[in-house]
Amino acid sequence: MKARTLALFGLIATLAAGCGTPGGESGDNAKKSEESKKNSAKVDVAKAGDVTLTIWDQEVRGGQKKQITRLNEAFQSTYPNVKIKRVAKSFEDLNTTLKLAVSGPKAPDIVEANQGRQVMGQLVKGGLLKPLDAYADAYGWNDRWSKTLLDLNRFSSDGKQFGSGDLYGVSQQGEIVGVFYNRDMVETVPKTFGEFEDMLAKAKADGHVPISFGNLDKFGGIHEFQTIQNQFTHKEDVRDFVFARGGDGFDTIENRSAAEKLKEWADKGYFTPNFNGTGYDPAWQQFTKGKGPFTIAGTWITSDALSALGDELGFFLMPGREAGTPPVSLGGESLPWGITAKSKNADVAAAYIDFITNAKAADVQVETDNLPATQATTEPSAPVQKEIFAAWKALNDTDGLTPYMDYATPTFYDDFSGAVQKLLAGKLEPTAFTKSVQEDYAKFADKL
Amino acid sequence: MTALAPPGEPRRVAYVYLLPGLVIFGLFVLAPLVHSAWLSLFTWDGVTPGEWSGLENYRAIVSDPQLRAAFGHAFVLVAFYAVGPIAIGLLLAAAMSRSRVRGLTLFRTALFLPQVIALVVVAVMWRMIYDPEGGLLNESLRAIGLGGLAQNWLGSFTLALPSVGLIGTWVMYGLAMVLFTAGVQKIPQSLYDAARMDGAGPVREFFAVTLPGLRNEIAVALTLTTIQALRSFDLIYITTRGGPGDSTSVPAFEVYNRAFRSGDVGTAAAIGVCIAAMIFVLTLLINRIAEREAAR
Repeated sequence: MKARTLALFGLIATLAAGCGTPGGESGDNAKKSEESKKNSAKVDVAKAGDVTLTIWDQEVRGGQKKQITRLNEAFQSTYPNVKIKRVAKSFEDLNTTLKLAVSGPKAPDIVEANQGRQVMGQLVKGGLLKPLDAYADAYGWNDRWSKTLLDLNRFSSDGKQFGSGDLYGVSQQGEIVGVFYNRDMVETVPKTFGEFEDMLAKAKADGHVPISFGNLDKFGGIHEFQTIQNQFTHKEDVRDFVFARGGDGFDTIENRSAAEKLKEWADKGYFTPNFNGTGYDPAWQQFTKGKGPFTIAGTWITSDALSALGDELGFFLMPGREAGTPPVSLGGESLPWGITAKSKNADVAAAYIDFITNAKAADVQVETDNLPATQATTEPSAPVQKEIFAAWKALNDTDGLTPYMDYATPTFYDDFSGAVQKLLAGKLEPTAFTKSVQEDYAKFADKL
Repeated sequence: MTALAPPGEPRRVAYVYLLPGLVIFGLFVLAPLVHSAWLSLFTWDGVTPGEWSGLENYRAIVSDPQLRAAFGHAFVLVAFYAVGPIAIGLLLAAAMSRSRVRGLTLFRTALFLPQVIALVVVAVMWRMIYDPEGGLLNESLRAIGLGGLAQNWLGSFTLALPSVGLIGTWVMYGLAMVLFTAGVQKIPQSLYDAARMDGAGPVREFFAVTLPGLRNEIAVALTLTTIQALRSFDLIYITTRGGPGDSTSVPAFEVYNRAFRSGDVGTAAAIGVCIAAMIFVLTLLINRIAEREAAR
């Protein structure tokens, strides 16, 4: 018995000793990233010899799948010496498996690494992504995207500062969270926030569901809150908070007012009844079935909503509280395409990223019902697409985009979406809401 | 060889026969377990080098009210996954022990079906059933004039956890029933005859004959369902994602969340080790009790 117990402990000790410190001993990631910054050059892909590019992306839905298939085909027929090995995953799968893949010995060359601290921030911290600034200069990327859009894909090389520093990726599509409406029920687009509220009251009185809203999947509430928040809190304050650039934090009078307004809408019955138990998709599908005049959603539903509602589908940005103020809206861009630090074909990879984001690629985006983040020459045909394109242009011209709250800390998606669910269910009063969000945030921000 | 040695091959040879099994067990069960336990002693984001933190992660599990609540939810789920299905299974087995039902096999297959369907499919299906607007449950309640009972099943802070638990009951009762009906057939008919001769009614018969006869099956069912309850992940992940608020968060979901999403591998490993330890202790306890009862 004793000998066996000893043997067991011996075995466990050997196993444990074999583990070592997780993540390896070499700690100088900044150095690694400096090294990978060198040797970046614009190359002629046709003369690069036989190259295989392994790419991990999440372009699997409708229009996104169409555009990447077309662009990949075009790239390979232009450069037959390059073979593209594509690994397509769902958004969630990509986010959860990327860290392991990129840190492993067989790292892909190109990856879509989601903005924010949860994915991109972690990869940068580990020195696993290559800074793209040299390529940006060589290919002229700094003129292709607005500064706000590029900043979303920037981190300091130690991964601590978000929204500034080195560029780690560029995005193909833009996205806006705004108000979709049913032209059958809405005669004129509201010019002020107050006008919009009057329309909600009227829709409620008429027996409609004013705003179709489902929060079972948790992220809907973030969009609902931020759409209101942008009309109360200054856009720079929202950005400072998300990028952790100091400022007053979340527990401010403005954010409290936004929380009170959201709660007021819930109490007045402006949302789908039992929204906390209704799924995100079923909710906006109710809207396309004519249950009510509005739904607040991201432009990613456009193509599906369009096929259900046709030309009756419209889109506008939530208007400001005073008429004529420039629009401010939650939004950003699709997942950025980055190059791994371990890639042996970084120069060809950069040429690929340039290829799928250039002016021709932007036209492909339009033709496949996507909203290109960059300037396209073609115009979309559907009226709602025209409204979305105009909104995108207005937001870029006046620098009106604000980033998603859940970028702020690695755990903020759950922290914040959970807090909004509590606020809406009356479990947290608006004052307690802003306070508890700030507490969750401080746990991370204080350690920066 | 001295005369004192036991007959046959020397004992050491037995270990050679055990070796292949031990290697596989060691490689795929023991090594990952020990590795997890090792990781749980670090503060590690999964990317940069980890930092030794000793038992800090375990202390965090005890002191973090959110994690404590998650473990509490897991125990509530035990009631739904284990106690409920076993009660239903016993009821069905008792009914079947009294009368020979025609088409028993068909009946049993139909009742066993929930156990066969992939949990992800079950979860997606129940999410649709629980939909407050067009879901089957609320629609049916309204159709029979009980619209007042229609609820915001998965969206309410008080109802979400029991609602998820009931899905577990639905999934698990088939397993309990099949185990028990098989067990009932093993109980000698003479015991039932004797009980009836002594004037026992159906209730007395159940407690005097059926229940003691099913002791081993109950222990097996309790073990399997409790394990399922404590490590349940799929149902929560698909139906509520731990919401609303954190009212349905469970330890296994937290493991996934921390290890793969928020980059907190250390606490994720610590929670995993705690789940494993809890399951180990509980199954040991269940089997001890069942054996002691049997010895009495």
